[in-house]
Amino acid sequence: MKITLKVWRQKNAQDKGGFKTYQLDDVSPDMSFLEMFDVLNEQLLKKGEDPVHFDHDCREGICGTCSMYINGKPHGPKQTTTCQLHMRSFSDGDTIVVEPWRAQAFPVVKDLVVNRSSFDRVIQAGGYVSVNTGGVPDANEIPIPKKIADEAFDAATCIGCGACVAACKNASAMLFVSAKVSQLALLPQGQVERKTRVEKMVSQMDEEGFGACSNTGACSAECPKEISLENIARLNREYLSAKSSSDNV
Amino acid sequence: MSSTLGKKLLMALTGLFLVIFLVVHLSGNLQLLLNDEGRAFNVYAKFMTTNPLIKTTSFILYAAFIVHIIWAIILTVNNKKARPVGYAKTSASTNSTWSSRNMGILGTIIFIFLVIHLKNFWYVMHWGPIDMVKYEGQEYRDLYATVDMAFSQLWYVVLYVVAMLGLMFHLYHGFSSAFQTLGLNHVKYNPVIKFVGVAFAIIVPAMFAAIPVIIYFKNF
Repeated sequence: MKITLKVWRQKNAQDKGGFKTYQLDDVSPDMSFLEMFDVLNEQLLKKGEDPVHFDHDCREGICGTCSMYINGKPHGPKQTTTCQLHMRSFSDGDTIVVEPWRAQAFPVVKDLVVNRSSFDRVIQAGGYVSVNTGGVPDANEIPIPKKIADEAFDAATCIGCGACVAACKNASAMLFVSAKVSQLALLPQGQVERKTRVEKMVSQMDEEGFGACSNTGACSAECPKEISLENIARLNREYLSAKSSSDNV
Repeated sequence: MSSTLGKKLLMALTGLFLVIFLVVHLSGNLQLLLNDEGRAFNVYAKFMTTNPLIKTTSFILYAAFIVHIIWAIILTVNNKKARPVGYAKTSASTNSTWSSRNMGILGTIIFIFLVIHLKNFWYVMHWGPIDMVKYEGQEYRDLYATVDMAFSQLWYVVLYVVAMLGLMFHLYHGFSSAFQTLGLNHVKYNPVIKFVGVAFAIIVPAMFAAIPVIIYFKNF
């Protein structure tokens, strides 16, 4: 396959950056999108040029590191992660535009690499369950209905890749935060910190400079883990109930 | 209320209140089509501007409009700041509806219409100049004549219809979106909310728009 790539190149956070066009003449349709970038980078290195920097880690669709905005969509045309996107999803002779995630809260570090520490700080604000150490509890000691366990698990499949923020016209992190609040709010273990958690996480989300939710549904449509919009409704409920009944004034 | 969620909650609550207002307003407007030279409409208009309960409610209505508009501006500015550098290529149409992405533009169309609309009718009804009519010895402001004259002007009818189209798309997203913001997303109720929302978004603005069109052709 012949592929023309228009890739965002930016030396550092201060650099203005711009697109650069590259030609790849021998792309296998079985390559993953990242493998195609590996091939491109080998060519660039041979020529003595700076390779394109991009984030990647597990390359099996579970870590959420590979952030690329491909042809106007996070992770490209398929609802999966960039590493699980294959070149067979494109046609011979295609021009593909690759950009970094665009959000105030995700500043560009270099080329396609963005800093997603804002997500970590949202989690640090309350996305955990505090436990006292002690004996290991017996399995099934706390009864949880299957349906609730499934819902919590579905929310917990969020890999924090940031595609929701990238896809949202407001660069809102509502889908991410709602998934993280939901997985703990649904389970008995999460009840103790339920109210303070949602208050702190939402407040951190706002502080990081993410936009508000317009309920366009773009986030869920682009989410590689298909996190449902029901979580956003739950976050709204959790927040409203926490704000109207918690002791924090 | 200072958080993004709190602001959105206010948008949802004021939005739904304005939806109720649309029903009341429409039921009043439909009296324009009665064949009584505006008597029922003028009696109704007097009631709506003099009844103490309605007057009190109207102040809540003004507040709802102002909050809905100002908070929309605050949220939009904030949302634009959340993405200072945009994308070179987007394909938003594949993941969301047009109306959900353009609530601000649709709202602006409705706002421009609202200003002209208030100046033509609401201001005139309250502070004139307006002719008076007498029914059974009682004096009434002849708002019907004012409306009749306005709806005989083509530009006003066109503006009215365009604004109602804007309202249609605004409601198409806004109605069901408000419930999501209030936290109501449930397999049992979602189809009902969606259906009522779409039906409301089509029927109510269409009926509003039909009135000036009918009057225009009646006077043609």
